[in-house]
Amino acid sequence: MRFRFAFLLGGLALATLQSARAEGGSMNLPKTVEAGTAFSIPSTGSGKAVLYIVGPGQVLMRNVQLGETTSFPAGSLYNAGHYLAVLVAGSSTDNGSFDVVPVSQPTNLSFLAKPSRLPVGLHDGISGAVYVFDAYHNLITVPTPVSFELSDPSGTVQERKVVTHDGAAWTEMDSTAKEGIDKFGARVDGVSSTRVVEQVPGDPCSLKMSVLQSGQRLEVKTEPVRDCSGNAVPDGTIVTFTENYDSTQSTVDVPLKHGIAQVEMPAHPGARISVASGVVMGNEIHWQR
Amino acid sequence: MSNGRLLAAVIGAATVAFVVIGTVWPGSSAVAYAGGEGLLRTSSTPEAAVQKLGDEIRLLAWESAYSSLGNKAQFTEPEFMHDLTGYHLSLRSYATLEKFEVLPLHASDNEAEVQLRLHWSTVVGTFTNTRNLRVVKNGDRWDVDWPLVKEPIVPPQVLAVNYLRWDVIYRGAGDDWGAQDVEAPHVRIVDMHPVQRAEGVVILGELLNEDVVPAYVSVRATLLSKSGSSIASEGSFDKISPILLPKQVTPFFINFPNATLSDVGSIRMEPLSALVSASADPVIEIENQRLNPAPDASLTGQLVNQSGQVVNIAHVLATLYDKTGQVVWVADQYTDRALLPQTPVPFDIHIPEDLARRVSSERTVTATYSVGGFQ
Repeated sequence: MRFRFAFLLGGLALATLQSARAEGGSMNLPKTVEAGTAFSIPSTGSGKAVLYIVGPGQVLMRNVQLGETTSFPAGSLYNAGHYLAVLVAGSSTDNGSFDVVPVSQPTNLSFLAKPSRLPVGLHDGISGAVYVFDAYHNLITVPTPVSFELSDPSGTVQERKVVTHDGAAWTEMDSTAKEGIDKFGARVDGVSSTRVVEQVPGDPCSLKMSVLQSGQRLEVKTEPVRDCSGNAVPDGTIVTFTENYDSTQSTVDVPLKHGIAQVEMPAHPGARISVASGVVMGNEIHWQR
Repeated sequence: MSNGRLLAAVIGAATVAFVVIGTVWPGSSAVAYAGGEGLLRTSSTPEAAVQKLGDEIRLLAWESAYSSLGNKAQFTEPEFMHDLTGYHLSLRSYATLEKFEVLPLHASDNEAEVQLRLHWSTVVGTFTNTRNLRVVKNGDRWDVDWPLVKEPIVPPQVLAVNYLRWDVIYRGAGDDWGAQDVEAPHVRIVDMHPVQRAEGVVILGELLNEDVVPAYVSVRATLLSKSGSSIASEGSFDKISPILLPKQVTPFFINFPNATLSDVGSIRMEPLSALVSASADPVIEIENQRLNPAPDASLTGQLVNQSGQVVNIAHVLATLYDKTGQVVWVADQYTDRALLPQTPVPFDIHIPEDLARRVSSERTVTATYSVGGFQ
């Protein structure tokens, strides 16, 4: 909104002044100005004039003495972009344009890491994107090397070096085989940003249960449930036990507690008891008294 | 002007006349609802005695209903009332008796058996409760013996429960752009099947929580025409188990009334999930599930609450498969009674007759609701 307003103002000023040409005054504009740095605009001619500078989000106005140099202190222009300059001397105008470019030294990084939680052992499962900004939050569009690092709790580090393109750099990393909290960092010329990525166990692997008769009931219990990398599947994961007997079925969804799932089910001689978790099937037991 | 005054006078006079008539000669239903006896029949026949009892239950006239029973010495009035409204907070607690039917089964000079079918209305639909009543002649009137179902008594015991909960701390309002929030649970539709029914198009399927955190889930479907334009969009609403624990699977059922499958070019499915605080308890065992063939095809079974707390409402969702493992229907039912610890509560889910022949296997899950939650 601020930018649109500034451009509208600039447009109005130009529309008003475009028809006239400066008779006695002109200015010598720099081609580029680094955001936030001091700069000056020399002028020629004599008499008094008004200098307008209109750009993205900023408008400056200075009363100038033609023939002298108008100085702008550091911090006068800080939004990178294309600026218009209009010098109005009486009924005559002179105009030109110049660019304000981002500071070449990065100061801020916007680092997007996704996802914040994923299963272990996933190829290119983690993605990171970095946008490099200067001290005035201008996107630095010149190619800048970015270093990405993913470190797991055991200290293993995956590293990628990417050069920004139009201010952005991105990469993909594999999740490791070990569950835990990984640190995903991006660093550019001394500026760094870190995100946390949680690697969680994958689907249960070789789900196995045993059955023990306890009176009129069967005590059904899994072995400690682990994923295919050996990580313990977290408590709360649902394990489904199903018992089929005489065209009748009993099912129960049991959460893992302390790494195992256990439940009591009716004891029916000849029953087939199976176990599953999500889309993973475990063993089946044909129960005989 | 004079015509308007005349009309006003006529309307005023008519209103007064109707009020007087209604007060002096009230309708029977008005008397009944005002606490009078107008709607209640006498107990001169077995059917009339049961009709009278049904009327009293509908009017929540527990005192007069209880006092009219022939076997009231066997239980108290609160026990009689709780037999109908539930001993614990449940769907019955807020149900209203929409209507009832009286069906004579057999009768002799002094004794009769009459079936009373009570149709209760609740926020999630209606349910029917059937009682076979023994009616005994007592002088010139008939008394109903109420077959009281006593509250199951759970033996005193201590259940060791290791409660497992997930709590969530969400991103704060002051966090900068680019900061991470907790990741929404990853859920996946593992099966989806559109079916044309007489009432419209139905989308059946199953949703898996493949994450390690609990998820609040729903599914939205949009029917698209062959040209790609949207025909209709509907959600699963309550035809899904809304809280999915890690690796848990729920069926879903989305109804598009008046839609025709032949008009549909494609279907856009949107599984939605949000990370929520949840508890891993209670564990509900679904025992003795049996597919009963047509006629009156149904899935019956019993729910057994294996935790130590009362579950106030249970929602049973059944996925029915054909021989190839394809989902052919999703049916559901709410239990009208609370689930007490270790106490079986039966369920009976109707299966459409035309589909019953194709059903080869089933998978049933329950969603539970407890007052105050499982903390």
